[in-house]
Amino acid sequence: MLLTLEEVEHIAELACLRLTEAEKERYREQLSAILDYATRLQTLDTAGIPPTSSVLPAHSVLRPDEPRPGLSLEKLLLNAPEAKDAQFLVPLVLD
Amino acid sequence: MTSLVDLSLLEMSAALRAGEISSRELTLACLEQIERLEPLLHAFLTLNPEKALARADAADGSLNAWRKEPDRPLQALLGIPIAVKDVLCVADIRCTCGSRILDNFVPPYNATVVERLLAAGVVILGKTNTDEFAMGSSTENSAYGVTRNPWDFDRVPGGSSGGSAAAVASCLVPAALGTDTGGSVRQPASFCGVTGIKPTYGRVSRAGVLPLAWTMDHVGPMTRTAGDLALMLGVIAGPDPLDATSSEVPVPDYVAALSGEVDGIRVGVLREYFVDDAAPEQRAAVEAAGQTLEGLGATIEDTQLPAMPMSVAAKQTVLAPEAYAYHEAWLKTRAADYGSAVRARILAGAFVTGTEYVNGQRLRTLLRNDIDRLLARYDVLLAPSTAFAAPPVAEKTVELGGQSVPVAMNLSRYTGVFNLSGHPAASVPCGFTAEGLPIGLQIVGRWFDESTVLRVADAYQRATDWHARRPDLVV
Repeated sequence: MLLTLEEVEHIAELACLRLTEAEKERYREQLSAILDYATRLQTLDTAGIPPTSSVLPAHSVLRPDEPRPGLSLEKLLLNAPEAKDAQFLVPLVLD
Repeated sequence: MTSLVDLSLLEMSAALRAGEISSRELTLACLEQIERLEPLLHAFLTLNPEKALARADAADGSLNAWRKEPDRPLQALLGIPIAVKDVLCVADIRCTCGSRILDNFVPPYNATVVERLLAAGVVILGKTNTDEFAMGSSTENSAYGVTRNPWDFDRVPGGSSGGSAAAVASCLVPAALGTDTGGSVRQPASFCGVTGIKPTYGRVSRAGVLPLAWTMDHVGPMTRTAGDLALMLGVIAGPDPLDATSSEVPVPDYVAALSGEVDGIRVGVLREYFVDDAAPEQRAAVEAAGQTLEGLGATIEDTQLPAMPMSVAAKQTVLAPEAYAYHEAWLKTRAADYGSAVRARILAGAFVTGTEYVNGQRLRTLLRNDIDRLLARYDVLLAPSTAFAAPPVAEKTVELGGQSVPVAMNLSRYTGVFNLSGHPAASVPCGFTAEGLPIGLQIVGRWFDESTVLRVADAYQRATDWHARRPDLVV
């Protein structure tokens, strides 16, 4: 089932994505193919089947709550595009 | 002696211990092989020769000291050069995930598996190419160019761990790490003629590995022999306080499990949707592998996994939203930095409803129960690793069962189901097509029973020489 152009635009808006006209057309096909799979699952009789919540029936593994050395400030800031006063510098969001 | 770079990891290790070679010599031999073949392959995204040689010299120091006191224990992989897929963090080496999004990312820490390999003494030569964020099955979706298949440079190596597979197949390194979310270790291993394993979900830590879909992601080694695979897996397996999905199930001695015997092992050959569905050469090779195991004393029976056709739907319905959850912020702020194929695939995850996702998880339970029922009857299951051999780069369709089918949708046709179910699965070379391309045999075992999978793979390799063949230019 092919999505309509309006549906693609609606979901693009929900996802805050700006798409060109060519992209909308391409996404219409590609998204439809993947969503078809999801629809196909609705035909399953899944009454009484518990969803997989963990791939293996494992209990949550907790480590002892003990302090451990972390990374140094210098190392942590190495990947900051910009840093100031030992903090990540980000674009202004409020004037 | 055959060429130094063509030795198995276990042979390299023995030669290092005996003092017949040094880690520096071995590392230089690998670097020369890289210099010669890398321009043809493009297996690596980052090379690390200076640090590697410094590590090799340190390993030689430890080896020399050990030879004076050989009763002391020695690190399992001391002085062995390896490569790491570029979605696993290695401290202070750029980690791109094959994406422009992470063009400048230099992780300040090691992934747990990398930490364990380094503690075992490895020399990391570099980071290998991958489809962008491991999302793809051909290594064509890397922002940094396609990797070539060493058996035919016009063909893809498979993916997403295509750089690691090509590097191991070309003897650039004896071992490499890959990741496998839908077949990304086993399928490139099959296309490049190397041996690889996707361990049980929870067996190997994913801390420090950039995720694709966290309920399906696995880390696995790739080597040229099952013995080397056992050694590598033993080093990286086991619980990790930094990964709550890692399991406390004790890790056995995988190398000790390689008895060479398969007498009494019960093997189920998956026919419908697997062997019967594959191209004729793949079908014949897997059938012949079954006969080889039978000749070694295993009992072989045909069997079926009727729920298989739904697994593709479950895979897409679970994978896409999990990937979207990780990428949402970047998609909103830096969408143009993604390749268009990968962007579309991730974006699809935004539109899978909660109900659909839960139904995908329900189907996983069904698949898992069905596979467990088979593994109550059999010790391992056999299947082809792929439906056809490595396709040409940029090829859109392939002939399968008298029909023209899309390449991209069928590259990981037989592998993803075991990411959904969590069972361990290996791929070992089991033949070649008339065009000289490798064929892979998938061996699937019970949860946490990598030992039996590796034991069957090793016994098969003792009886065959498919894994020992090399592409023309390599040695």
